[in-house]
Amino acid sequence: MAEEVKLLKSWSSPFGLRIVWALKLKGIQYDSIDEDLSNKSPLLVQCNPVYKKIPVLIHNGKSISESLVIFEYIEDTWNHNPLLPQDPYHKATARFWVKFGDDKVLPSIWSAFIKQGKEQEDAIDEAIENLKLLEEQLKGKKFFGGEKIGLADLALGWLANLVPVFEEIIGMKIIDEERFPSLLAWMHEFSQVAIIKESWPPHDKLIIKFQALRDRHLAK
Amino acid sequence: MAEELILLDFWPSMFGIRVRIALAEKGLKYEYRDEDLSNKSPLLLQMNPVHKKIPVLVHNGKSVCESTIIVEYIDEVWHDKSPLLPSDPYQRSQARFWVDFIDKKLYDAGRRTWRTTGEEQETAKKEIIEILKVLEEQLGDKPFFGGESLGIVDVSLIGYSCWFYAYETLGNFSIGAECPKIIGWAERCSNKESFSKTLPDSKKVFGFVQELRKKSGLE
Repeated sequence: MAEEVKLLKSWSSPFGLRIVWALKLKGIQYDSIDEDLSNKSPLLVQCNPVYKKIPVLIHNGKSISESLVIFEYIEDTWNHNPLLPQDPYHKATARFWVKFGDDKVLPSIWSAFIKQGKEQEDAIDEAIENLKLLEEQLKGKKFFGGEKIGLADLALGWLANLVPVFEEIIGMKIIDEERFPSLLAWMHEFSQVAIIKESWPPHDKLIIKFQALRDRHLAK
Repeated sequence: MAEELILLDFWPSMFGIRVRIALAEKGLKYEYRDEDLSNKSPLLLQMNPVHKKIPVLVHNGKSVCESTIIVEYIDEVWHDKSPLLPSDPYQRSQARFWVDFIDKKLYDAGRRTWRTTGEEQETAKKEIIEILKVLEEQLGDKPFFGGESLGIVDVSLIGYSCWFYAYETLGNFSIGAECPKIIGWAERCSNKESFSKTLPDSKKVFGFVQELRKKSGLE
């Protein structure tokens, strides 16, 4: 049976982007639909009635939501080019860092981006503590997954894509060379991988969008 | 090699309960260590340096942290008995989606039910009922979320059932009145030995919550 794989995403969302990367790394053919999140399609609402959010993967008519759940589904369904180690302990460790990225790193960096003054300083301090743990994980490794890109790299890949955008907008360096040499090396290495690079949303468009988001948050 | 399993846990934790139940379902022997969270053991701090939280499963000296990750780990290592995840990738994704839904929604709403008053508490109560109603829809007519037998969603949700009495008493509402199917499901679960031997008593949990409220100046 011909596989039909559709991805509902948006042009800028890092959660959709990580799924694009996973599909491409596995060489899976798919169609993507960029949603206008201010005017969600009936398909999105039908396929993700609980959250009505992207990304949603639709495989032969069945929909899967939540990016980390989609990751595991892709890994279970297409087992070539595994993104997770086979050994259960190493798999659990990879999943731990994926979760750490989403639960801790992302909110702390987002906070640092949308706040100002003392609140921003505190958020940056917290972000730095979280990033130090990632720096430690990377020591001596090319990728979080080792020699090859793994799930943790895809889950944390938004750092390479969005932190430079955030730093440009707030006029401050969060991931600096002195404290985070391994993390910066990884961001560079990761960004250069063809499959990753070719899916990068345009930098200028990201600047405009996130500047507007920060302005809206500061106005509240 | 003899398996060495240690579980660092805290008796009322709905997250710890998940791991205890998974271990019981697999018929595994382990050493249970109840942590004093105001005075965490050196082993806990060493085994979970990032979060310093329970539960932590130490298997032959190596630690696995985060309850959902631990449950999947247990299911993978001891895959020959009582599988907690289905084998079909789509069914697996649906089970994981609902575990994630429970994780995202229920703890926070539950906590606000006993930690807040007035309008905030009313909102929390409504949210709990909404969340449980969504889960009831998922359960449908099945005896368990996993179908005929227990699955990862059952294991992830049941720890909350011993907190229902506390939520209801402190929030002055009845979960059973609005979500009878969930109560029915919880009762079916408690008939299973792995659950009945593992779940803390609801009144004991309530007593614990009362202590917490006193400490926070809520009593």
